[in-house]
Amino acid sequence: MAAVQETIDQVKSIDVTEYKYGFVTELEVDKPAKGLTEDTVRYISARKNEPAWMLEWRLDAFRRWKTMTEPTWSRVNYPPIDYQNIYYYAAPKMGAQPKSLDEVDPAILETYKKLGIPLREQEILAGVAPENRVAVDAVFDSVSVVTTFKKELAEAGVIFCSISEAIQEHPELVKKYLATVVPVTDNYFATLNSAVFTDGSFVYIPKGVRCPMELSTYFRINEQNTGQFERTLIIAEEGSYVSYLEGCTAPKRDENQLHAAVVELIALDDAEIKYSTVQNWFPGDAEGKGGIYNFVTKRGDCRGKNSKISWTQVETGSAITWKYPSCILRGDGSRGEFYSIAVSNGMQQVDSGTKMIHLGRNTTSKIIAKGIAAGKSDSTYRGMVSAHRKATGARNFTNCDSLLIGDQCGAHTIPYIEAKTATAIFEHEATTSKIGEDQLFYCQQRGLSEEEAVALIVNGFVKEVLQQLPMEFAVEAQKLITISLEGSVG
Amino acid sequence: MLEIRNLTVKIADEDTQILNGLNLTVNDGEVAAIMGPNGSGKSTLSYVIAGKEDYEVLDGEILLNGENVLEMEADARAAAGIFLAFQYPLEIPGVATMTFLKAAMNAQRRARGEDELLTPDFIKRVNAAADGLGINREMLRRPLNVGFSGGEKKRMEILQMALLAPSMCILDETDSGLDIDALRIVADGVNALRDKSRGFLVITHYQRLLEHIVPDTVHVMARGRIVRTGGKELALELEKSGYASYGEAA
Ligand SMILES: Nc1ncnc2c1ncn2[C@@H]1O[C@H](COP(=O)(O)OP(=O)(O)OP(=O)(O)O)[C@@H](O)[C@H]1O
Ligand SMILES: [Mg+2]
Repeated sequence: MAAVQETIDQVKSIDVTEYKYGFVTELEVDKPAKGLTEDTVRYISARKNEPAWMLEWRLDAFRRWKTMTEPTWSRVNYPPIDYQNIYYYAAPKMGAQPKSLDEVDPAILETYKKLGIPLREQEILAGVAPENRVAVDAVFDSVSVVTTFKKELAEAGVIFCSISEAIQEHPELVKKYLATVVPVTDNYFATLNSAVFTDGSFVYIPKGVRCPMELSTYFRINEQNTGQFERTLIIAEEGSYVSYLEGCTAPKRDENQLHAAVVELIALDDAEIKYSTVQNWFPGDAEGKGGIYNFVTKRGDCRGKNSKISWTQVETGSAITWKYPSCILRGDGSRGEFYSIAVSNGMQQVDSGTKMIHLGRNTTSKIIAKGIAAGKSDSTYRGMVSAHRKATGARNFTNCDSLLIGDQCGAHTIPYIEAKTATAIFEHEATTSKIGEDQLFYCQQRGLSEEEAVALIVNGFVKEVLQQLPMEFAVEAQKLITISLEGSVG
Repeated sequence: MLEIRNLTVKIADEDTQILNGLNLTVNDGEVAAIMGPNGSGKSTLSYVIAGKEDYEVLDGEILLNGENVLEMEADARAAAGIFLAFQYPLEIPGVATMTFLKAAMNAQRRARGEDELLTPDFIKRVNAAADGLGINREMLRRPLNVGFSGGEKKRMEILQMALLAPSMCILDETDSGLDIDALRIVADGVNALRDKSRGFLVITHYQRLLEHIVPDTVHVMARGRIVRTGGKELALELEKSGYASYGEAA
């Protein structure tokens, strides 16, 4: 109850009624011509000084991509994307990889500051207890501009750097694990990403190490007409633990921008990876103009026995979201979790969900999906739970709730269940509730303002998922949800 | 004190006029009953007093202790002391009754510039009020009104009224859906709140409720206005003769 009040106070103190991350940073940038050919792929690879094997890998993906067609099975609608009308690489002019913050363009540092992400370690350190520190990898358009707290992490044996740097510095790890969870030809967008991925984060936690702080990556798309193709790879060795968080924003622009990421997680025996996302890409304006197309492939492989991977996501942005963070439960006794809040307002379209693929014995999974739809938005939960013939004793619990605000939005639940072993136990619960003007009047009659009433109902609805996020991010996410729903009633 | 003068109301976006120059006064300490045929505008009157937005006030005024409430938002009216026990209480999904009660009480206290309640104090008050109304404490953990029976919802309205301690209580058919024992419990709850500084407007179709909550005045409403006013014996008369004779009166 105190938390609710706190939220209400926080929400009141926020004076924005619309997307507040919509500003543009003016910078000189390096970019090739628009469009996608083999030369574009070569250009990206060259810009990143990649070894020959990486270039070959990209070219192979590109050739395969050209033979594929865009998927059409989701419930989202958008005009055909002209892949030749996109910039595939844009980097602030500052030399390929700044060695320290002093080499980073002050305009970029200022941008992150405005976004509430201080990158200067002394600023982060001020007033933050060591256990609450967060190391940040900041990705600006196509390049990682800085990664903080590298030294402290290195002392613990943890590698946290951009994927470009990992290709240079740790090629044996990249070669060993890249595309072992999301194969190059997994799907159209994943193949495209494999050909043109620009940057993203790389995390390696050695055996038995509990990562000493939260790791996070902050993605910012700044340039016009530019796609962002991030690639993230996280490896947790035997008995290790890591909690990782990603955040995303983009300026307000009239045209749609493509974000096609691939994220791969690998957990070995007894390892645990907690991956959280607070996604706040520009959703487009009230008429549905502009906004990010968020077409993302995220998959975790519980490769070792008793390993655990959990996805937590709060999705408030993007014009279109097409995203199914999944877990492959390969190791015996492994566990997958998916906690999700998807908020849609205005003309946003969301088709999201998860897949839990039970391959090992006694594997368990849990899915808690909360969809909030307001305005004229449309939200679909699509979830697949399957058990292989050998996955004896597999168990899944799914709870999928939708909250509709107003009567012009829609919510749909599409569960797919497939058990090839008689010993699997899959449970599925789903509810749909609605907040209309009558309910809001009832709350107001008891003394709550309309905003307080919406916040109260929404907070009650999402509580279970927010609890999964690290404390500071939970507060941030709660604010975001409330802002996203502002003006959704009355 | 609630004073309503020449209240003329239509449905917003439509031409249908529902209240036609209604006059009504409820003094502090008074229990006024309103009876009247279905569709005569009783619920509409209660909504307009409480500030629901679906209506447009064409003429007239509503004063609470001399202050015009028509300019106020619904939540401000609530903080000023107007409480409406709904004919059909709404379900609030995902919000535990306890959470809702505390948020409502504190919102009103803030609006009046008072300190918020401390949790132990709040819990003590809620438990005492719930016990008095025969509401199981377990129910307070459930989302407000979700899956509550008709009678449970009505009791919950009275619980909220007791906790919010308004100065003007409007009860819209609180007796419908109550069994005989519940009717007595609810009536006792209302009677316990009777106070010389508090007015009640009790909308009902049945004399039965008025045997438990004995009114000071009884008004007959027909076609959007008050057509007759009398003492408690008027309710008995209506019970016998119905509303036939008021058909032309409106
Ligand atoms: N929002 C609305 N839209 C259309 N008609 C309405 C609306 N609200 C009220 N009415 C109409 O206004 C008239 C008065 O309704 P109201 O609910 O106030 O009657 P009532 O006296 O409370 O009736 P009952 O005794 O059945 O509860 C009815 O004819 C009703 O259909
Ligand atoms: Mg009525």
